Amino acid sequence: MINFLVSRLISAIIVIFGVSVLVFLLIHMVPGDPVEVMLGETSLAADREALRHALGLDLPIHIQLWSYLSGLLRFDLGISLYSRQPISELLLERIPATLMLALAGLLIAMLIAFPLGIIAALRKDTAVDSGAMVFAMLGISIPNFWMGPILIMVFSLWLGWLPVSGKTGIASLVLPALTLGTAMAAILSRMVRMTLLEQLGEDYVRTARAKGLPWSTIVIKHAMKNAMLPVITLLGLQLGALLAGAVITEIVFSWPGIGQLIIESIHRRDYPVVQACVLLISLVYVMVNTLTDLCYAWFDPRIRLSEK
Amino acid sequence: MRSWLATAILVLWALMALGGTWIPLSPYGIDLTHILTPPEAESLLGYDDLGRPLLDRLVIGARYSALVAVVVVSISLLLGTFIGAMSAYVGGWIDHVTVRIIDIFLAFPGILLAIALAGLMGPGIDNVIIALSIVGWVGFARLSRAQVLALKDREHVQAAIALGAGRLRIVLRHLLPLIAAPLIVEATFAIAGIVIAEAGLSFLGLGIQPPTPSWGSMIREGTRYMLVSPHMVLVPGVALMLVVLAVNMMGDRLRDRLDVKSARMRQHS
Repeated sequence: MINFLVSRLISAIIVIFGVSVLVFLLIHMVPGDPVEVMLGETSLAADREALRHALGLDLPIHIQLWSYLSGLLRFDLGISLYSRQPISELLLERIPATLMLALAGLLIAMLIAFPLGIIAALRKDTAVDSGAMVFAMLGISIPNFWMGPILIMVFSLWLGWLPVSGKTGIASLVLPALTLGTAMAAILSRMVRMTLLEQLGEDYVRTARAKGLPWSTIVIKHAMKNAMLPVITLLGLQLGALLAGAVITEIVFSWPGIGQLIIESIHRRDYPVVQACVLLISLVYVMVNTLTDLCYAWFDPRIRLSEK
Repeated sequence: MRSWLATAILVLWALMALGGTWIPLSPYGIDLTHILTPPEAESLLGYDDLGRPLLDRLVIGARYSALVAVVVVSISLLLGTFIGAMSAYVGGWIDHVTVRIIDIFLAFPGILLAIALAGLMGPGIDNVIIALSIVGWVGFARLSRAQVLALKDREHVQAAIALGAGRLRIVLRHLLPLIAAPLIVEATFAIAGIVIAEAGLSFLGLGIQPPTPSWGSMIREGTRYMLVSPHMVLVPGVALMLVVLAVNMMGDRLRDRLDVKSARMRQHS
């Protein structure tokens, strides 16, 4: 267990380092001059040089990389080229909105996927099962940026129940969270159905039936408990899709989170902010996946108690 | 949905993508008398906010979505499979480095990296293809690496080594044919993923640029007129959904038929 823990943490640190360097290199190798964009094409060469010097963009790339990496260790992400605010402040302003959206989406996904997946598995090969799987297939095939407008049309414009966009309170969270949650629910419900079906075919289920346990106890207490492990792993992996989906969903609903900040900064050519946002989302993803792996190991006694 | 329906949708998509070149279309023809006309008998799918026929724009959009999907999946498949298979077969430090690189690329969730790359490289179809290929090769590399690792010690490979076959020959002639089935299934799902990704980038304004129609940018234009002209959002959206649905169903069927273990379920897409 200790070995597993240490090796998992070391590989996470290597990946985090690699991600940080890769983000820096990609953003600095991409063509396009931020100084020119900031000052306009008619600016004087001397002014450009002065600004480039002030921002440290005239230094050799390895020195820029070094100051970037040492800044990261101090949680210093640099300064926005556009608003001149420290980037860490900008991120802190936006994190709560994205976190709220992602958690609400996750909650909706679980609320839909678990009942749907369980019912589909228990009623395998019936109309209920195929209906649930058609829903799942639809959910996988409808992208966020179409689901969102459709929900806005139905619930905001036609029925008038919910606000169109913006962040004005709990009602404004419903549609973005639904948009984000249904896509994930589709994948998750397929996974719940599949793992539960696998578990229901195991010997221990037959034993439990033979000793006369009620079917509901067997499903909930025995089979679901074992089916949870692969489902937890998938939840961790799907968080990546959820975060990327949040970027698009935030644009659809003008939700003031990290995703909106990324797209705004891309249009302003504000490289340091784009760099910081991509880095933040990727690091959250790496950390959640590492935690998922550790939880997996902890919940599975075959790994927790092994001497290796 | 029946499989003939999926096939029909895919054939229609291909016909639109290929045939659009020969049919006289006016995707850029502005007609002020038709602004926001909803679908009716004489205007099949209606007109957009500049009076341009949606059907014509849909056909041109089909061409771009198919073009991007085919090119990106081809590049990713060739590059990813080559890197993954060679790395697994050669082994040693090369394989260690490859695994690290794959891990680092997989640490970027979904199309986030493509959004950042396409955004910073600037819009345009070339940049969309480059950005999506940079992200796309990883899945194929990981899959082919795992498959080759499981096969490289088989007897027929040892026999080939004994006969003096080189590494490249063994990988190309003795290993790749055996891992073709899972790669084909993965490539099918990848097409669905790339179609969505291209539309997503164009929706964000980072992909194919107006006035050139893309299904994604058509949805984006439609969102401004949702109250008066829902057809502007519905038409490209339904097309996109049907194509992705059909490709995904094809992938499911292929997976069942080729009996590929559902390795994909563990993978984020």
